[in-house]
Amino acid sequence: MWDYSEKVMDHYRNPRNVGKIDNADAVGEAGSLACGDSLKIYLKIENNIVTDAKFQTFGCGSAVASSSILTEMIIGKSIDEVRKITNKDIADQLGGLPPEKMHCSVMGYEALEDALKNMRNNDEYIDMDELRSNENTSEKIVCNCFGITENMIREAVLQNGLKTVDEVTNYTKAGGACGKCKNTIANIINTCSNKEKSEDNQNNLTFAQKILKINNIIENQISPELRKDGGDITLVDIDGNNVLVKLRGKCSGCKNSHITIKAFVESTLRQTVDENINVIEVS
Amino acid sequence: MTLIYLDNNATTKTAPEVLEAMFPYFEEQYGNPSSIYEFAKKSNHAVKNARAVLKDFINAADEKEIIFTSCGSESANTAIRGVLNMNKNKRHIITTKVEHPCVLNLYKTLEKQGYKVDYIGVNSNGELDLAELEQAVNYDTALVSVMHANNETGVIFPIEKISEIIKSKNKETKFFVDAVQTAGKIPIDVQACGIDLLSVSGHKFHAPKGIGVLYVNSKTAITPLIIGGHQERGLRAGTENVPYIAGLAKAAELASDGLKYEATEVKRLRDKLESGILRNIYNSRLNTAVTNRVPNTTNIGFEYIEGELILLHLSDSGICASSGSACTSGSLEPSHVLRAMNVPFTSIHGSIRFSLSRYTTEKEIDTVIEVMPKIIDKIRTLSPYQDELEALKKLKSSNYQG
Repeated sequence: MWDYSEKVMDHYRNPRNVGKIDNADAVGEAGSLACGDSLKIYLKIENNIVTDAKFQTFGCGSAVASSSILTEMIIGKSIDEVRKITNKDIADQLGGLPPEKMHCSVMGYEALEDALKNMRNNDEYIDMDELRSNENTSEKIVCNCFGITENMIREAVLQNGLKTVDEVTNYTKAGGACGKCKNTIANIINTCSNKEKSEDNQNNLTFAQKILKINNIIENQISPELRKDGGDITLVDIDGNNVLVKLRGKCSGCKNSHITIKAFVESTLRQTVDENINVIEVS
Repeated sequence: MTLIYLDNNATTKTAPEVLEAMFPYFEEQYGNPSSIYEFAKKSNHAVKNARAVLKDFINAADEKEIIFTSCGSESANTAIRGVLNMNKNKRHIITTKVEHPCVLNLYKTLEKQGYKVDYIGVNSNGELDLAELEQAVNYDTALVSVMHANNETGVIFPIEKISEIIKSKNKETKFFVDAVQTAGKIPIDVQACGIDLLSVSGHKFHAPKGIGVLYVNSKTAITPLIIGGHQERGLRAGTENVPYIAGLAKAAELASDGLKYEATEVKRLRDKLESGILRNIYNSRLNTAVTNRVPNTTNIGFEYIEGELILLHLSDSGICASSGSACTSGSLEPSHVLRAMNVPFTSIHGSIRFSLSRYTTEKEIDTVIEVMPKIIDKIRTLSPYQDELEALKKLKSSNYQG
């Protein structure tokens, strides 16, 4: 049924570097037996170079092929080079994977990432518990069926430019069983694409930074000017590039209020924050 | 490399005799059975003859109860929608958790349209919970829909008993049986079993793909799914697919003659394959009941390894089978049937179904018994669950010594 590439077939027929490394310097795991695929990867590291890698995989043809080629990709590479490998690189090396099987390459990437986090190298050692407490929100499980976290989804979306919930399911499995988390996944995709857009448009402002900046300018530049005329302004909400404001005092009810909004509030925000901002008055 | 085809529950080879029976209706006898002239008479007779053969095939009371369709899915859709349309005041349906997707997905759609659907469960052998079924039937139940045998496990449901249960609780409730997996494998008697509607698919018993049958008994009224001409007494419009109908009749004749062979020889080969695998491979387990199965099917789980990989390696040896694993289907969850049976998660992803036919040979089965342990051994070495596998190995060998 699957149209596997020659490379995929070669790797599941003759997997390279199968097994375990005793005294490995790093071990990484991804997936689980209950979910239908899991992978364990073992690394031997000397002077920041991966000198050996082995894997054990429970999974389909493309899962075995992804694991096998990953070990080939990292042996002889420096840790810095290995860190740059993404799931897309794994799939590309295999000559592509069917869309429904992209999650196999993601599993390879996750196991590698896990191994790098757990590295037994004093210089590079990172305390996993500390890391987890720092990443509280991103470690939140979104898909309970497959145990997929928000962070895993976000990474897959950003690395592969995913646009739809179905694509996220193909890459991460999230949403592939009961489907209850599909709305949450859609929201994550939205925040990722908003983030991308805002990064493009505003010199790498995150959405939170953008909100803070708009709020600051309204409070410190715009509001004092309006107060001089006996009016005032408050920020109600920000929805993408739409800034929703409420006019107060003399301004509310002023028949020229739309001029105040467009000619003063909007032009100030466009100059200081983002030229795409629209200011909308709400009552 | 010769092909060893053990996926006959998916589809079957068209029998040469069937093909031969079809050719004249492509080449010379291409007339429309509805036409009035002499030339069309042979087409008309072919359809009439086929209707008589199919009536006998399932022991219907009357030829009028046989409707030709394009496939099993069309038969099931016509039966289910047809009965519900005729009983609009009733809003309750009962089916099982292990039905074929062509039926299950239709019920999911009907639920969205306001029907209440009860899904009856099975035990770990794949056998239906009859007490639950009995409890579910009520005054509002329009339809009970149960497959004759399950496509993945081959487990046969006690249709006659189910019919008795239904009719004892509500005489008006109609009983639809999806017999796609039993037609040609075991005898079907719609009258003795108290069946109101029944679906059959030709390509599961050596007719070609694209032909099916719907049986509707004379006491049951349905609306058509396809509306148009007067064909099939107005219950299925569209010019009769004469060559395929002729082929289906031939396939039904061959199958009727072959039922004894299925029950003895096909069963013997299936049992040989099954015990050969279970004996030689320590991490294997039978996923189904031992008895009460169609004679051609076995479903075996291989613990701590994954099914698609087994199929790919089998395919490299020219062997065709199928798997209930998530990966093979493109869905992310393993088979709904094996999940309903609570097959342990250690083996559900490594479940393989072998389904034989009358064309399966002893030599083929011997080859599979020989090849299978090598493939499983190779895949086992990849597994991250080496400790668990080692424990299984010890357990199995101590069981044998005990």
